[in-house]
Amino acid sequence: MNLKRTIGLIAAASYLFLHVPLLVLIVFSFNSSRFTAWEGFSLKWYAAVLADERMLKATWNSLIIAFVSTIFAAAVGTLAAYGMWKKKAPVLEGSLYVSLITPEIVTGVSLLAFFQWLFHYMDVRLGMHTVILAHITFSIAYVVIVVAARLKTMDGTLEEAALDLGANHWEAFWRVTLPNLIPGVIAAALLAFTISFDDYVITAMVAGIDSETLPMVIYGMARKGVSPAVNAISAIIVVGIGVLIVASERLQHE
Amino acid sequence: MNRLRFWTLVPARALNFLFFLVPMGIVVLYSLMTRGPYGGQAPPFNLDNYVRLADPLYLTILLRSFWIAGISTFFAMLLGFPLALFIANSGKSRSMYLNLVMLPFWTSFLVRTYAWMFLLRDTGLINSGLMALGVIREPLPMLYNDAAVVLGLVYGYLPFMVLPIYSTLEKLDPSLLEAAADLGATPWVSLWRVTVPLALPGIVAGSILVFIPCLGAYLTPDLLGGGKSVMIGNVVQNQFTTARDWPFGASLSLVLTGLVMVLLWLFVRKGGDKYL
Repeated sequence: MNLKRTIGLIAAASYLFLHVPLLVLIVFSFNSSRFTAWEGFSLKWYAAVLADERMLKATWNSLIIAFVSTIFAAAVGTLAAYGMWKKKAPVLEGSLYVSLITPEIVTGVSLLAFFQWLFHYMDVRLGMHTVILAHITFSIAYVVIVVAARLKTMDGTLEEAALDLGANHWEAFWRVTLPNLIPGVIAAALLAFTISFDDYVITAMVAGIDSETLPMVIYGMARKGVSPAVNAISAIIVVGIGVLIVASERLQHE
Repeated sequence: MNRLRFWTLVPARALNFLFFLVPMGIVVLYSLMTRGPYGGQAPPFNLDNYVRLADPLYLTILLRSFWIAGISTFFAMLLGFPLALFIANSGKSRSMYLNLVMLPFWTSFLVRTYAWMFLLRDTGLINSGLMALGVIREPLPMLYNDAAVVLGLVYGYLPFMVLPIYSTLEKLDPSLLEAAADLGATPWVSLWRVTVPLALPGIVAGSILVFIPCLGAYLTPDLLGGGKSVMIGNVVQNQFTTARDWPFGASLSLVLTGLVMVLLWLFVRKGGDKYL
């Protein structure tokens, strides 16, 4: 058997395996039938999404959560990556790695246990705020990784030159290093946004009754397996997130 | 260095401490406590929850999780190695082919899992297609079993296998393969005796990277395995929700996290982090 052809065939099969499921889902989101046989082109499932108040509310919640947690995670993570640039912070770095590798379900139940414990002492409930705090915390590690990669390629002597010319440390950071970091920060923020928008496992554990997110609605509908409206909302998410990720990749390799 | 450096690290340290380390500390504490009469947790403190893990019921689930994660890792390797080799050999188009592997990975994990439900369920595309063609009369039971879980895990984590293997293959000196050919090796022989051994660090790194999330999987066995295919992650979730036995759930969480940490330690010790 020809080696090159065999490798090519397996690679082609792998690409089909990776891409066909999502493509099929997108194609069938335009199917006019509610069953899985193609009947004709229709936008009615997209109309059904727009008419579904629960889905719209959940989308709105997801957008707010992703937006707020991204802003905070990008700021906190960028500062932390900068702090670890010229001198290591092994404890924080290690802890961030561990948070990244801990199974999501464990992170979820630990936050649930933590918030429940906290509520013995404070009169607050699970809701948007607990979800946002959880999302900021798990997004920081991703932001640090992306921004630190950008810092690694940067010339540290520029900042030293600024210091020699009389800038203080803060000015050197704010006016010399940060402007050069911006593409990395935006790339990190886009990544954090998609991860936050997509998260189900941790979110479902710490969400309250007023903070149902879009992945929670999709999860519920997927389990019941009723409406092709899930295909339509999924197609929107795939395309939306795809655009953000391509933008993020471009910025990271700029 | 200076005061600024100190302050730049404070917010991240504070958030990581308060919302990651403290919650994990609470889990440790709860795992040593006892379930109260109405759920919740109460003294006395003892190791009963850990002793309970030795119950054949839970040992079976632990072994099952290892089995499913292992099989998934194996299949990911079977697809991932040729795929990485293909990308490494594709010259100028390398980065495009690599991005094609990564792109679905970054789109919603939940949606990608749902896509397989749409394909595999009784009224799904594959079954209705085969029935319309008259190949089968009854839908094939493709969803809600171990095979569907393995499929979902391979699909979900294949990029973790491809990336490290690709980065070892990319650095492979092509003159070694020329030398092997000059000395009479067929392409298959030099693949097996030159390329594979040199790519081994990448294969090991990729396998650990795939095995870790598979072992801790929750969403994939939940959606694609239905109630039948249970892994550790599902038992953890169940103890914290339906069963309301938080102390036992806490001990299970810690065992799972501990296993993952050991694997991570192994990964770093093997120098796997430099392939990312």
